[in-house]
Amino acid sequence: MAVQQQVSVREDAHAFSPRILVLSTNNISDPGIDLAGSAHMHYPPTVTTIALPCTSAIMPEWIVHALEQGFDGVFIASDGEECAYLRDCAERSAHMFETAQKQLKERGISPARLQMAAICSVCAEPFTRYMHEFSQTLTELGPVRKE
Amino acid sequence: MNRRKIGVYVCHCGGNISDYVDVEKVVDAVKDEEDVVVARTAMFTCSDATQQEIYDDIRELGLDGLVVASCSPKLHTFTFRGVAKRAGLNPFQYTQVNVREQCSWAHTDDRQGATEKALRLVRAGIARTRLLRPLEPTVVETVPKTLVIGAGIAGLRAAIGLADIGLSVVVVEREAEVGGWVKDFGPMYPRDKEGRELVRQLEAKVRQRENIALFTSAEVVRKAGSFGDYVVDIKTHGKSSMTMQIHVGSITVATGFDSYQPEEGEYGYGIDGVVTLPEYKKMLDAAEGSLEYHGRPVKDVAYIYCVGSRQGDDGPHQYCSRFCCSAAVHSALELYTRDPSARQFHLYRDMRTYGRYELMYRESREKGSTYLKFAEDEPPAVRKGADGRLVVTIRDQLTGQKEVEIPADLVVLVTGMVPRENDALVGALKLPVGRDGFFNEIHPKLRPVETVVDGVTICGACQFPKNASESVASGLAAVTQSAAMLKQGRAELDPQVASVDPQLCTDCGVCYATCPYDAISPQEGHEGRRVAVIDPATCKGCGGCAPVCPERAINLEGYTQAQIKAMIEGLAREVV
Repeated sequence: MAVQQQVSVREDAHAFSPRILVLSTNNISDPGIDLAGSAHMHYPPTVTTIALPCTSAIMPEWIVHALEQGFDGVFIASDGEECAYLRDCAERSAHMFETAQKQLKERGISPARLQMAAICSVCAEPFTRYMHEFSQTLTELGPVRKE
Repeated sequence: MNRRKIGVYVCHCGGNISDYVDVEKVVDAVKDEEDVVVARTAMFTCSDATQQEIYDDIRELGLDGLVVASCSPKLHTFTFRGVAKRAGLNPFQYTQVNVREQCSWAHTDDRQGATEKALRLVRAGIARTRLLRPLEPTVVETVPKTLVIGAGIAGLRAAIGLADIGLSVVVVEREAEVGGWVKDFGPMYPRDKEGRELVRQLEAKVRQRENIALFTSAEVVRKAGSFGDYVVDIKTHGKSSMTMQIHVGSITVATGFDSYQPEEGEYGYGIDGVVTLPEYKKMLDAAEGSLEYHGRPVKDVAYIYCVGSRQGDDGPHQYCSRFCCSAAVHSALELYTRDPSARQFHLYRDMRTYGRYELMYRESREKGSTYLKFAEDEPPAVRKGADGRLVVTIRDQLTGQKEVEIPADLVVLVTGMVPRENDALVGALKLPVGRDGFFNEIHPKLRPVETVVDGVTICGACQFPKNASESVASGLAAVTQSAAMLKQGRAELDPQVASVDPQLCTDCGVCYATCPYDAISPQEGHEGRRVAVIDPATCKGCGGCAPVCPERAINLEGYTQAQIKAMIEGLAREVV
């Protein structure tokens, strides 16, 4: 039994685990992601985060760049309606999101590799859930390099 | 580009990191990276000993870049900026890498995965640091004067506090009288002090102070300038209508709330005898002796809670108004003092008489109040009965879903607070408004009265529903914060703001309208051309203008296009 378990662990290690880039915000979603860690909630270690002041600062070409560099998916942990800077932050982010998806399509990359959801400063549980679900989606899509 | 000299410090955090991440392996893997001249681990990077070690390295090795991989940047960014500054390194040539909250603690089940991730994060930090340039904070002189907008209980108390701390104060109140809601209140919880008496005392104190100027029937119509020296236009109404201009260093907004006004027919509103909580409070405060309505004694009262609050996922008011449970229970106690034999029924979804107000709830039950719980999807119904009295029907969740009919002389709709219509002021001050319509602070715990507009603080119920004690407490927090901003006479603004590369700018004009803070404007004279220029003292550093520029001429310091791309590459590189 013990031997079998070891074997299956080793097989898992070789399985594809999608690389996810998260773009968070310093005051809102990044504290929510911090909270997930503080509560020792687990999500795949292939998820890495870059924090910015505001979702509206994200350039669509950064998303394209990430997927071309080998990330399998990009997740925008947005301010949603809670942005302290810009009243129309959600509209700006939606526009950026659409532009990026268009640019991905033009390059033959599945737009499903880009996701966005509002993550609040205490949204630890939703964040980890999104990471598991997105990982699952990307696993089904397969590695970006094969597209 | 010249070679950089970067120092990298990876923290054990006493095991919080090193129990789950092989920190030695991370240091081994980065010590030979390009531009890295020193890489070490430390048991506690934030300890005095390690701070000293970093200080010595900066001085002895002439570091021009610093990477600290430890906890979340929310904790020690200012600590390590301080170390850098003391050692003569520009504090903005340092990157904090989060390998605790966003690595070791989130992956306690996967040491190899966590170690690889930590390595990627540190590499991204090095990649960013390589491209950082020294930044100097914008220093502004500050005028030792504060404008308080709104003379309710929070604004009045804040004005007194500001004056006593040695700042000049201008108070602007839209109404003809000061005191806001509280000036009309009789006994208030806790301790039953009369609202009108509290306001009388505060107004007297305001008028005693020579360094407070109070303008009633007046409004703020325009704000120009920037933090430290805002130029504000104030317009007074009535007989002596005039506009004046004042200079202030900071602004405290205390514009209060409006009470929720039910729709006709909402819980029977519109039927004679169905009243809102403020209407009921007014009746109680005005009554001499026992309470009467249309000349008839009020013996049976039904309270319906959460009216205009917690309106489900689609409603305009999804939040809990916090104060109303306690305020309604307090009113019930007030009725008992007038008529101990009154029969009072409380129809609620959830009772939240938080903190010490639980004692009022207990007292109301001891005095005979009956509490019945209704479900959100089955609210109580109010109608006029055959005898002309009101009848409230409720399916009580606590007694086997029984339908109960309650005859009542008065039905009180326990209405909550809603944000006040303040579009002109929001436009003039560029105040950040949240999803619920109230004003937004930067951080509810760490920066609870500051807004993203430098020098503009918020307090009282314009921020979220608060009772009078909480409003005054936040008013005093705004006093402290304003004093911290103005008492030194000068202030440093974060230099991580946006700027335009004039070589790339074509003056297309797209960015001018995109900044709600009006930080971007056209300026003549760059090699004979007109280009966009961003005022560093007005820019809030959100970076929202950068993706708008078709030429990609705008960069946000600390998050430039080159820096973010380099970080992405650092994260993506194979670990091997």
